Amino acid sequence: MGGFPILSAMLLVPLVGAIACLFSEAKTARMIALIATLVDLVLGIVLWMNFDVGGAQWQFTERAALFAGFDYALGIDGIALMLIMLSVFLMPVCIGASWTSITKRVGEYMAAFLLMEVLMIGVFAAQDILLFYIFFEAGLIPMYLIIGIWGGDNRIYASYKFFLYTLLGSVVMLIAILWMVIESGTTSVPALMVYDFPPEAQTWLWLAFFASFAVKMPMWPVHTWLPDAHVQAPTAGSVILAGVLLKLGGYGMIRFSLPMFPDASAQFMWLIFALSMIAVVVTSLIALVQHDMKKLIAYSSVAHMGIVTAGLFAFNVQGLEGAMVMMLSHGLVSAALFLCVGVIYDRLHTREISRYGGIAINMPAYATIFLFFTMASIGLPGTSGFVAEFLSLAGVYQASSWAAFVCTTGIILGAAYMLYLYRRVAFGPQVNEDAAAMPDISIREYLLLVPIVLATLWMGVYPESFLAPMRQDIAVLDARLASAAPQGDAHFEMGKGTPAEEAHAEGEAH
Amino acid sequence: MELSYSLGLVLPELILSLSGLVMLLFAAWGGDRLSSAISIACCVALGAAFALTAPGVCAGASGPATVAFFGQFSADAYGGMAKLMIYAASGAALIVAPRYFERLGEMRAEYPVLILFAALGMSIMVSATDLLTLYIGLELNSLASYVLASFLRSNEKSAEAGLKYFVLGALASGILLFGMSLTYGFTGGTSFAGIQAAAAAGPMSTGMLFGLIFVLAGLAFKISAVPFHMWTPDVYEGSPTPVTMFFASAPKVAAVVLLGRVAVEAFGAQADAWRQVVIFAAIASIVVGALGAIGQKNLKRLLAYSSINNVGFLLIGLAAATQAGLAAMLVYLAIYVVMTVGSFSALLMLRDSEGNQLETFADISGLSTTRPALAWCLLLIMFSLAGIPPLMGFWGKLVVFWSAVEANLLALAVLGMAASVIGAFYYLKFVKVMFFDEPADRVTGKADGANWVLLAVCAVLISPIGYLLTNWLVSIANTAAGSLPLAG
Repeated sequence: MGGFPILSAMLLVPLVGAIACLFSEAKTARMIALIATLVDLVLGIVLWMNFDVGGAQWQFTERAALFAGFDYALGIDGIALMLIMLSVFLMPVCIGASWTSITKRVGEYMAAFLLMEVLMIGVFAAQDILLFYIFFEAGLIPMYLIIGIWGGDNRIYASYKFFLYTLLGSVVMLIAILWMVIESGTTSVPALMVYDFPPEAQTWLWLAFFASFAVKMPMWPVHTWLPDAHVQAPTAGSVILAGVLLKLGGYGMIRFSLPMFPDASAQFMWLIFALSMIAVVVTSLIALVQHDMKKLIAYSSVAHMGIVTAGLFAFNVQGLEGAMVMMLSHGLVSAALFLCVGVIYDRLHTREISRYGGIAINMPAYATIFLFFTMASIGLPGTSGFVAEFLSLAGVYQASSWAAFVCTTGIILGAAYMLYLYRRVAFGPQVNEDAAAMPDISIREYLLLVPIVLATLWMGVYPESFLAPMRQDIAVLDARLASAAPQGDAHFEMGKGTPAEEAHAEGEAH
Repeated sequence: MELSYSLGLVLPELILSLSGLVMLLFAAWGGDRLSSAISIACCVALGAAFALTAPGVCAGASGPATVAFFGQFSADAYGGMAKLMIYAASGAALIVAPRYFERLGEMRAEYPVLILFAALGMSIMVSATDLLTLYIGLELNSLASYVLASFLRSNEKSAEAGLKYFVLGALASGILLFGMSLTYGFTGGTSFAGIQAAAAAGPMSTGMLFGLIFVLAGLAFKISAVPFHMWTPDVYEGSPTPVTMFFASAPKVAAVVLLGRVAVEAFGAQADAWRQVVIFAAIASIVVGALGAIGQKNLKRLLAYSSINNVGFLLIGLAAATQAGLAAMLVYLAIYVVMTVGSFSALLMLRDSEGNQLETFADISGLSTTRPALAWCLLLIMFSLAGIPPLMGFWGKLVVFWSAVEANLLALAVLGMAASVIGAFYYLKFVKVMFFDEPADRVTGKADGANWVLLAVCAVLISPIGYLLTNWLVSIANTAAGSLPLAG
């Protein structure tokens, strides 16, 4: 690849596409958006192929002193690579999902999505903390428009709530970033990741970052914007929100909170565990009583994100790897579940669970795919969800048996609400005639869902492909955290002191 | 020798005053049919002044070589950068005006002349290094402004705006003058250098403190900082829109820069004495500006509150009382001027089919479907005003807060930042009304080409493309702020 600035190219393609879409007719805009996202997907694959696993920590770095105060600096490690892959993989799906359901102001819609893609890739690739913040915050604008213009009946309330909630979370982080930059004299993320901030300052900085990431994540009790945003957003909006935007919080924690403030992270482990445990149990119970399909899946997202945060703050390799796989897996599975909801929503224009029923009879192919993703969400072995839950809970168990115990109930509750949802939608008698008359999924919908099925299976059967690029980065992070890691309450007789080998064995086992 | 050197330093001001006088004669004898020619001539004069000021700013003029008239006036880069903004904003106010006034049959030749004199007054304000020069500049600007506010003689609201501005402005001038006389009495000098020397000599006497507070209060009125902001919404709403655009941009620049100079050059040794006042005004302006705007239905009133809100952020830069803080303030001002000119020129384009000016939220409902280009430009400006990246408004806030954090004013930074979220609420309303609501289709009138050009330039400047200019802008602002003698 030599000196080809592939990351900049990945930013530029959708950006140019977005501008072109803004000035195009509906038909052309759809084509431009599809082509731009597919080109980005190809570029993403090229990026992955050329990523040197086990090589330098930061690869494909670019740096240009374009701006005052901060640099245009890009570069990725394995963690960022995987999340970029997730983004570029889901974007064509989003465009495809909106192909027929969006009929008004298509050009602006496609432009908003392409802009979203630019910003998401930018967040993961930014190597300058202010550049990161710009990409991180700028995502509010297109998402605000997506929810507000093309959303459901209560879209204005939802768009305001989404915007102001996340903005309030982030502004304090900006002050913390400025303080860090002034203290350390650099805006470079790799340099800040190894900078030792004084422990008493770490506490405040950690809290400031936490305010932002906890809202983005979202963690209980600041998750309330998510159900509203999901329910009101168009299908593709929900896909991108659940698939990628929720990962920004987790990415922020693994990139900033943990390596930059290890002491404070250890100090607040109890807080994270407490909130995660509450999130897993409470939001699972809330999901159990939902009548709205999208809301149910939204609450299940909060529960899954609870497991991510617990895994991240378990201070061991399994927890970190599990959290990462959980993010990737949830990105695929929840995106697919929202697509599944979108498929029947397009036919019946309601998200009420009780309006459906028995659709396995008239839509057998759809029911099969929906069942697959239901199982993946529960964490059935063979799907990505199992790997994710097993690894992260194994990590949490080493840190705190109680937290692991409570979080594991999430799996049981998850099975309960997902299977209950599936039973009500797909099985039982066909009480509603219009639901019984729905045609099975079309070729376009196959094209959207089957790639996600394959990816989910791949991640479930052979997660090593996804873990390998991240392994070295997670080991580096684990080493960075080692001095601050609190003593877990699980006292193993054997295997103490060789976390790296354990991790290796874990990876091989799958 | 000294006189001719001094005259050389005030050449931009000389051009403005002489051409203003000549234009006034033309206006008196030629009448209103010459108004467009006079407008063009005034633009040329402003352009000439701009061109004469620019080299000094780029070179970072400072020190004794810039002092004119025995310490009355300083043509340094700090004032120079402000002058560039003032001239540009005044030029914009001239460009958008003719069409607006012609439709009302009120385009008179005095308008460009008044703008020119106001610009001259501001030009003197920002370069003043003596309380007397300061006052002359301030009054020259104010008197021109009072007339401009009531320029639509037959319009009750405009007359009310002019009267209100005059009464309250006169009161503020009185307060300022009282503070200046106290300062003179307790320091024994009117020149900033003399005040600085007296203030640095020992602890601040009560009388001097009173003088300082009154001067700050008088200037706070001019920049419409809380608690001296009450006139702003009424005057902004009542004045003709091109005049409102002018009020929101150029005089703001002049008064803020002047306040910075007084605070640093005259009272820099006593920064602790005024810093708490400035911090209070900053936080209060941000909060009141944001809360006051929420219920507004009139767009001009809303933008008035927005300007109060923005002054708060400017004052945060001043509160830092460092070179970086002043530079941040100048950068923010430059971005603020662009955003203000952009938003008002967009506002001027809101016309119905008969050419009547539209200025309420109900009028722009669903604008994005009927006039997409206009709506998208407004969207950029509103998100920029709200300080959302990747627009330039964010960068302005960033540099201001950077300097505040650097000066260890963490609590101020956190409060200011949190309060900016309240402000985001009403800027979002703008976007919501234009993009989410059903189209009202009232904006049907043809927009003026000149307005389009202004709006397009502003939109490009505040878009992410503007970030490419940041290196240049920061270096200019840094040299400009560096040309001020900082105490301590």
